[in-house]
Amino acid sequence: MGNSPHTDGIVAGRISADAVADNFSDLHPPLDDHEALVAADRCYFCYDAPCQTACPTSIDIPLFIRQIATGTAESAAETIFEQNILGGMCARVCPTETLCEEVCVREVAEGKPVLIGQLQRYATDKVMAQGKHPFTRAAPTGKSVAVVGAGPAGLSAAHRLAMLGHDVVMFDARPKGGGLNEYGIAAYKSVEGFAQAEVDWLLQIGGIEIRYEQKLGESITLETLQGQYDAVFLGVGLGGVNALRAEGEDKEGVRDAVDFIAELRQADDLTKLPVGRRVVVIGGGMTAIDAAVQSKLLGAQDVTVAYRRDKSAMGASEFEQVLATSHGVRIEFNAQPVRVLGNGKVRGVEFARTTSAGGELTPTGETFEIPADQVFKAIGQTLTTDAGLTVERGKIAVSETGRTSVTGVWAGGDCASGGDDLTVTAVAEGRDAAMDIHATLMGKGA
Amino acid sequence: MADLRSEFVGIKSPNPFWLASAPPTDKEYNVRRAYEAGWGGVVWKTLGEEGPPVVNVNGPRYGAIFGADRRLLGLNNIELITDRPLQQNLREIKAVKRDYPDRALVVSLMVPCEEEAWKAILPVVEETGADGIELNFGCPHGMAERGMGSAVGQVPEYIEMVTRWCKQNTRMPVIVKLTPNITDVRYPAQAAKRGGADAVSLINTINSITSVNLDSFAPEPTIDGKGSHGGYCGPAVKPIAMNMVAEIARSPETAGLPMSGIGGITTWRDAAEFMSLGCGNVQVCTAAMTYGFKVVQEMISGLGQWMDEKGHSSIDDFVGRAVPNVRDWQHLNLNHVTKARISQDDCIKCGRCYAACEDTSHQAISMSADRVFEVMDDECVACNLCVNVCPVEGCITMETLEPGMVDERTGQVVSGEHGDWTTHPNNPSVVAAE
Repeated sequence: MGNSPHTDGIVAGRISADAVADNFSDLHPPLDDHEALVAADRCYFCYDAPCQTACPTSIDIPLFIRQIATGTAESAAETIFEQNILGGMCARVCPTETLCEEVCVREVAEGKPVLIGQLQRYATDKVMAQGKHPFTRAAPTGKSVAVVGAGPAGLSAAHRLAMLGHDVVMFDARPKGGGLNEYGIAAYKSVEGFAQAEVDWLLQIGGIEIRYEQKLGESITLETLQGQYDAVFLGVGLGGVNALRAEGEDKEGVRDAVDFIAELRQADDLTKLPVGRRVVVIGGGMTAIDAAVQSKLLGAQDVTVAYRRDKSAMGASEFEQVLATSHGVRIEFNAQPVRVLGNGKVRGVEFARTTSAGGELTPTGETFEIPADQVFKAIGQTLTTDAGLTVERGKIAVSETGRTSVTGVWAGGDCASGGDDLTVTAVAEGRDAAMDIHATLMGKGA
Repeated sequence: MADLRSEFVGIKSPNPFWLASAPPTDKEYNVRRAYEAGWGGVVWKTLGEEGPPVVNVNGPRYGAIFGADRRLLGLNNIELITDRPLQQNLREIKAVKRDYPDRALVVSLMVPCEEEAWKAILPVVEETGADGIELNFGCPHGMAERGMGSAVGQVPEYIEMVTRWCKQNTRMPVIVKLTPNITDVRYPAQAAKRGGADAVSLINTINSITSVNLDSFAPEPTIDGKGSHGGYCGPAVKPIAMNMVAEIARSPETAGLPMSGIGGITTWRDAAEFMSLGCGNVQVCTAAMTYGFKVVQEMISGLGQWMDEKGHSSIDDFVGRAVPNVRDWQHLNLNHVTKARISQDDCIKCGRCYAACEDTSHQAISMSADRVFEVMDDECVACNLCVNVCPVEGCITMETLEPGMVDERTGQVVSGEHGDWTTHPNNPSVVAAE
């Protein structure tokens, strides 16, 4: 094709197929058996372990690591899956550096945590590669539950409900399950179709039917589901994207980062996926980093993440920031977009320099431009429908166990209030809501 | 620089590190390379009587247990004495000794328990110019089934008899190698002394099964689905060996009998510990088998550095220095009171001390909501378990209560006097003070 990183415009094939394949290979290659034993041996088997407390799904980390160390990775995987049925994906995408590994006593003492995430992957991969599913369904309860959204929260809830003997029907707006695991996270964190393989593996529990391309508020409504099922769980995520609220954001070349990532994740051939020569990503979260790094990996010449606040306020973890900068992405802090420049097509973004000391965002009066032929907006997602439920701060209001304002309707994951927008948090919320649904349906509810 | 030269039962070597009689010393090629690497001496792998040599198994000879990162902690072997012809070994011994006159070369021997058999082999060994002989009364596998090795070492009368035969039939110093597969090592040591032994060396390997294959239900190493007990050695056996050494050193019947220390010696520190318990030198095998001959260089430099730091100019300065401090339990000072102390600066809050104390000991460590672990002096019996399970060296220490202080656990004022079980009022056989 003759394109290179220096070709102007938004074009495909900037680098060779081999280079693309290399760039999008596994971010953390899996531990081999010996590496896993060495890594497991570093665990001190802490009493009332801080790592377990830090895990949103409360996986018994010291126990599963000891199970690996004694050559029983299958038992380790069961320990993980009991708490977190998406333990395989979480092992890949969890920001462990701000969760379990951050509080690992060996991180605190030596700056070198036990490789909890990679050990979790070692155990879960082993079992999933064998195709084994460690759980079986309880006797049928005769109850049925609708789960809307086949992302982490919905899958977690559905699995737990099916395991407890309920019949589950899942509805998802997209043609595939997995939610952001399939459409959202960076490709190098979930290689070789892992997200779909995980969904298939999870469904081995039985008792779960998934109906695709069913969107809440369109082909299905909450009212109908409430009429047809004994309970409803909503794990619909955040389907909308915040507007930039800067002049010119409708110019050609400006797009939502989540759409770019979804297209990238679904692309059969990444050498055919166009990317700009100069890419500007606006935002400060994981989505911004994922879009920026993957742009660079596709061969973009210059990629800048522009974030309106300072480093300490950035949603993306230190690890993610370093990942970005180590790939040659520049992070511009205290840069608030003012207008997208260009005549029809984007040619740059004008920013106002800000100060954000003390949390208050104030323009300094200085402005500057960053040239761009492609701009990604990654400034947060929004709820697309509240389905008539009470909403607080843009999310469906829920109790500790996921109860919404309407009896018989639970919600969890990114669409619901409470917790960070993380896969692992969604899994925990789905699981806990399922337990509450179970208790309620079986007459043991509060 | 400290002088590491050693003279053991008249045998001189440039340092006290000898290779033990074992696979590494089975032939000229190895022994020359060992000397080149720096080993002060070698005990040649055990020779048997003239005639067709023994045969070894043709499957695995070794089994092992491992620590972290596959660090070899214990090795087990079922290899027999040399399986090479006697004359070939003798030729090689002679050639090596000729080329390395400054190194110790002792020959290990094992022949049937008949005087004629010993009378036959002693002169041919003497003829090689070897510095001494070591009587292998220790090998616990294979040869013991034929009435040799540990089968002899387990019968003090045989030890004495064979030792006497050897002393009567050679001018060479006689070292008797003891088996640990007995109940009280002092008796075989006494027997060796009665027989006129110049020294004892200990320990030989310990009867062991290192692992069982849970698929085939066979002990490992497995030969065609079956296994035999082997001889256990390596770092894991060091504590057992040191106790046996100390028992001989402090027993009135054997005190002063020269000892060559063997058993899991892996570093200079291990060697220094054995020597402080009375060993004039040490013998090494598993460390060399694990890491190669080069390990002796660390042993030499390490021992030298330590001696320099402590002001020991020769090895005689510290050999046996720990012996007077090995005592019977009944003589330990019961008035010595200590308490565990946790350094909050060093604590990494893993809580292992808490789990150990709370679950298995004396409930003497408290844990706060923010994971601060503290010792409760009114419960602490100073058992030391918290020190042992703490992953941070030096984080938990034992503090001695000075005389006059109150032990909060007992309410008693700490006495400055020595008081042990022999004089304790709870002892029914207490000896009344005069």
